[in-house]
Amino acid sequence: MTHPSDTGPAPVLALKDVAKSFGAVRALRGVSLELFPGEVHALAGENGAGKSTLIKTLAGVHRPDAGRVLLDGEPVVFHGPGDARDAGIAVIYQEPTLFPDLSIAENIFMGRLPRRAFGRIDHKATRAATAALMKRLGVELDPDRPASGLSIADQQIVEIAKALSFDARVLIMDEPTAALTGSEVARLFGVVRTLREQGAAVLFISHRLEEIFEICRRVTTLRDGAWIATEQVAGMTEDDLVRRMVGRDLDELYPKQDVTPGEVALSVRRLTREGVFTDVSFDVRRGEIVGLAGLVGAGRTEVARAVFGIDRWDAGEVVVDGRPLTSGAPSTAMAAGLALVPEDRRAQGLVMDMSIERNIGLTGLRTTVRAGLMDRGAERSRALDWAIRLQVKYARIADTVNTLSGGNQQKVVLAKWLATGPQVLIVDEPTRGIDVGTKAEVHRLLSELAADGVAVLMISSDLPEILGMADRVLVMHEGRLTAEIARTEATEETVMAAATGRAAA
Amino acid sequence: MPEPLTRPSRWSALRWDGVVGAVLIVLLLFSFTFVDGFGNALNLSFLIGNTLPIALVALPMTLLVVSGEIDLSVASTAGLSGAVMGALWNQGMTIEAIIPVCLLLGVVCGLVNGLLVTRLGLPSLAVTIGTLAAYRGIAQIVLGSDAVTDFPAQYLDFAAGRLGDTFLPQAFLPFVVLFAIAVVVLHATPFGRSLFAIGAGEEAARFAGVRVKRHKLILFTVTGLMASLTGIFWALHYASARYDNATGLELSVIAAVLLGGIDFDGGKGTLGGAIAGVFLLGAAQNVMSLQDVSAQSQIVVTGVLLVVSVLGPRVARQISVARAGRRAAASTPTS
Repeated sequence: MTHPSDTGPAPVLALKDVAKSFGAVRALRGVSLELFPGEVHALAGENGAGKSTLIKTLAGVHRPDAGRVLLDGEPVVFHGPGDARDAGIAVIYQEPTLFPDLSIAENIFMGRLPRRAFGRIDHKATRAATAALMKRLGVELDPDRPASGLSIADQQIVEIAKALSFDARVLIMDEPTAALTGSEVARLFGVVRTLREQGAAVLFISHRLEEIFEICRRVTTLRDGAWIATEQVAGMTEDDLVRRMVGRDLDELYPKQDVTPGEVALSVRRLTREGVFTDVSFDVRRGEIVGLAGLVGAGRTEVARAVFGIDRWDAGEVVVDGRPLTSGAPSTAMAAGLALVPEDRRAQGLVMDMSIERNIGLTGLRTTVRAGLMDRGAERSRALDWAIRLQVKYARIADTVNTLSGGNQQKVVLAKWLATGPQVLIVDEPTRGIDVGTKAEVHRLLSELAADGVAVLMISSDLPEILGMADRVLVMHEGRLTAEIARTEATEETVMAAATGRAAA
Repeated sequence: MPEPLTRPSRWSALRWDGVVGAVLIVLLLFSFTFVDGFGNALNLSFLIGNTLPIALVALPMTLLVVSGEIDLSVASTAGLSGAVMGALWNQGMTIEAIIPVCLLLGVVCGLVNGLLVTRLGLPSLAVTIGTLAAYRGIAQIVLGSDAVTDFPAQYLDFAAGRLGDTFLPQAFLPFVVLFAIAVVVLHATPFGRSLFAIGAGEEAARFAGVRVKRHKLILFTVTGLMASLTGIFWALHYASARYDNATGLELSVIAAVLLGGIDFDGGKGTLGGAIAGVFLLGAAQNVMSLQDVSAQSQIVVTGVLLVVSVLGPRVARQISVARAGRRAAASTPTS
């Protein structure tokens, strides 16, 4: 554990040998952490390493079984989140929880709105205070705008402003960038730097390693609830960090096999959905992984939804293995051999309250049937087979999927679709929000599927993933396909240029 | 790691419908032993005969609620069927011709509900409150305040008669057949499996290729058909076709279905539980009447049972989710 060489300021918040167990699970075992004013400190670890438990301990949600929480060097006991907030600790979650119908200003001061005579709300003072907070963050957001129209990035800014309004000195950011676009991340980092210069301590969690290198000074790594290392980021490589997190050398994160493409399996011709995307044409061949890049909102997900039949298309045609599909009919798309692993696994990929078995079974309602009745034996063995093949970590196949970690949930979604034996697999953000170990497994799986002759279309906002996995990269910008780039020519620059509309191919 | 071949995810539902079934059995044993007049054949046949309309409508209602929808217009559809039956009988049509017409009418009523919900995307609660009023209004227009009672004797006998020397109504057998069909459809077919998925996660079901709208349209239509069948049975059973037949039936049905452990939010429950709930409510009311419990007190008891029924499965589920969570955490610690 390295401390800053100078004696400098004391840590504003620290954990000392903290342990926390839930039943038989030891979520934290003797973890120590020091946050200094003016420091952005990364917390790294795979899903299940104990990051969330650590955050919740700092935020007063959990009380440690052993060890101490130190505030300004003094031991404190938080009896609840309110205590931690009063001590100046704020948590910004990945998905902000604002009241959609209230304005930004009202959201920030909810529960303690300034009053005038007779208990009337002092809107003027509320607005002014909000404007002052925004100015401090260097962001332009109208205090009167309702929260409902805000992007996730803007909502996070509002949450940060709210934290500042409580005089937060410690800001804990739990995967704040997971749903943001490149430029939104840049703006968020601008805000974080401003806070740092104003002397706040920031604990930053992200699965995107390059972000840790961009903005953090030190990084603390957890593995299986244990403290592994706290190090200066400068001088480390991504490989070093990954090794700390997984405890072994990862085989490559992008294990792409070279495959000679076969015949065209998915052919999309002049596909148009009015006001959403226009004149989109492309082919995906057997054995190919085709990346679909672009900014969030460029229409990539919408194209995937239309191809699979979730939404109707207004013009154009989709052909799978020579068979034209009907607009707006997922069941015919499935019958033709198409599978879609959707973007939002909690709402679209899985029925969260249903078991692993039933979720995987949902795509087999036409096949695991005997004489019109469900063949439960076949349903179970199909689910078990794929859960085991994909190494899903679960206690029982009949447990509901909401008991699984994010990475394992994603594996269940993949299992559910691979069990259909697809000819064409569309994956939309297949590794968003999952840890680096599982990510490598998903990549290996996609690569193997392609090698077995499946045509894979991979939508991703993770550029290294696109560049590492795709044989060809299609780029969308504002509802149109703007470029097709061969693997050999695809770089961050060429893809981003096309994605931002700077260079039309 | 994998430790297959148990199904805890259904424990809570199974346990709750088990609880309802056990309470029903205890109540029946208690009543046979201690309640004067309960065990005689006449009372039992009254009990079952009065409960059958609720049970008949509860079959499709269970499927609807499992899929996350509801139909409040069932009693009005039943009333409308009875009214049309009476009006056509007065016109001189034969009963053999009238019954198919009434059933078709039920199909239309259900179809209207279903189309409004699936095509226009309206919430079924609102749609069927509307058609609850509309169908009842049409019934009154059709029949006015008349009561038609002179249906053919063999039909009245069937609807009110008993099986041989037993206490079982003759109509009980067809109900058992319909119940068996409904159980198989809900719990053993891909269709039923899809209904649970729709109720628990409609969007995810759609993304898995389930034809959500078609499933719902079929359910509403079948519900209309069953409601009109119930309306026909009602008019014959009580030998009276009036426009206000079966008023309030929908509340009894929904109360019983919820009592049986069908989650109002959809996606959970068993048909066995729902029907146990129907007969538990029916038996409880019968016993209270025999014990000269005032009608007002009966309503209070029913209301308390309902609150308990909505609360019970949730508590049971939370316990089992907490267990599952601990078990999953034991194998894969979630951070």
